[in-house]
Amino acid sequence: MIMPDQKKCIPPDNEPLLAGTRRNFLKQSSVLTAIALAPAGVVKAAENQLDEKFAAVFEKMALSMEVNGVQHQLAVEPRSTLLDVLREQLDLTGTKKGCDRGQCGACTVHVNGKRINSCLSLAITNNNKKITTIEGLAKGDELHPMQQAFIEHDGFQCGYCTSGQIMSAVACIHEGHAGSEMEIREFMSGNICRCGAYPNIVNAIQDVAKGGNV
Amino acid sequence: MNQFQYAKAYEPLSAIRLLSKDPNASFLAGGTNLVDLIKMGVVNPSKLVDINHLPLAKIEKLPAGLRIGALVTNSDVAENELVKSNFPLLSLAINAGASPQLRNMATVGGNLMQRTRCPYFFDITMPCNKRVPGSGCGALEGFNRMHAIFGASDQCIAVNPSDMNVALRALDAVVHITGPRGERKISIADFHRLPGDHPELDNTLQKGELITAVDLPYPAFAKNVYYLKVRDRTSYAFALVSAAVALHIENGAIKEARLAMGGVAHKPWRLTAAEEYLKGKSVSEDNFKHASQIAMQGARAYQYNQFKLRLAPNTLVQGLKLASGLVA
Repeated sequence: MIMPDQKKCIPPDNEPLLAGTRRNFLKQSSVLTAIALAPAGVVKAAENQLDEKFAAVFEKMALSMEVNGVQHQLAVEPRSTLLDVLREQLDLTGTKKGCDRGQCGACTVHVNGKRINSCLSLAITNNNKKITTIEGLAKGDELHPMQQAFIEHDGFQCGYCTSGQIMSAVACIHEGHAGSEMEIREFMSGNICRCGAYPNIVNAIQDVAKGGNV
Repeated sequence: MNQFQYAKAYEPLSAIRLLSKDPNASFLAGGTNLVDLIKMGVVNPSKLVDINHLPLAKIEKLPAGLRIGALVTNSDVAENELVKSNFPLLSLAINAGASPQLRNMATVGGNLMQRTRCPYFFDITMPCNKRVPGSGCGALEGFNRMHAIFGASDQCIAVNPSDMNVALRALDAVVHITGPRGERKISIADFHRLPGDHPELDNTLQKGELITAVDLPYPAFAKNVYYLKVRDRTSYAFALVSAAVALHIENGAIKEARLAMGGVAHKPWRLTAAEEYLKGKSVSEDNFKHASQIAMQGARAYQYNQFKLRLAPNTLVQGLKLASGLVA
């Protein structure tokens, strides 16, 4: 995995533009397309009619946030979602894009300790906040108890929803909503698993809740 | 997502000033509805004024009730001890909506402003008078299973999707507003509108106005309350029909009933005639059934939502039975 460079919001220089992974290729080619498609006139108009109090269209804004204990100084467009900044700028691709509309929960992260859908959160609104993603749960090689429990209880099949499920599951226990199977099911309902691993996910959460080791 | 400009406001007046500079600007609170709508191209604001830093995120006890700041998140309202002990109906309704993640983001003011979930409103290739006035209503002759049975017009048969709003309607909430022409209050009954000839207007807010708080006036309804939401899956789905019930019962007789329904109209639908009927009546299934028949007067269904004509009264009867303790 490419380690995020604290100051940069573009891929590091030492990474050959078209010789990287498929993911990086897609990422870079879409950036090039976006630049190519931005009409020069629009950019110019935006520059000339700058409302002092508003960031202009296409202008990147400074964003400072702590992600998994690491402070990042970034530059983001106002329209960038937290999900896209985590994945595309910080290379934290553990957080998944499912529906991108707040309906599936695959993008669940913690902001200041509370679980949210990162696909519906504009990154710029997270200035000075603390973000925890799935990459921030384990302590070195030691898995978080919830990660361990998901493995032990077979809490996933294809795995696409899993990081969102685990982030939600940890929050579910912190919120005090893991008292019974019914309560867990209700308070995990924002995380859809189309493989249908629900019974095992509930078992994993109950196991961790009982251990009190979150 | 289309581009937009962005600015942060720290005081209500500066938020209003920033917004008033551009007729196509919007306030941004939790963003759970607005960001989705921007992504889908349903709305295209040129500027967003981020109001999340306004000092409007408190819940206060007033002599005459509770005041909930417009920026209190839905989860903070639902979990608040003052709310739970005085107006548990509101907690039940909020927790019946969306998911924990969304409730952690969504605010009280934003929930009041929530747009309809009518699929024709969300699909920009379809006609929709709410999205593009004059383009027609795709739902009227289309797949209208989720749609209104009360108060619709031939311009729009969409429903208000909020659960919180249904509880606020039953609890006679008052919405506090500040705007370019000063402060004012709107009763929740007058806040949301029926579609009529202007379905593009969901509510009676004027351009540039900002919701600052919602008051819940006493008397408290602490005991005999229920929010019953019927939907296609057990959780995390919009209501087909929901019923908010708050009762004051003394010696087996109903002193006061507050009843509202969700999923049935363009605004949270209050059932005043049924409330009147129940006043002084005993707690009994027969009385509840009669009240629900009264509540259904004037209902009209479309091709695919005929089932709501039976589901709605049944939901109300069951909600009344649960609230009154007739069933557990």
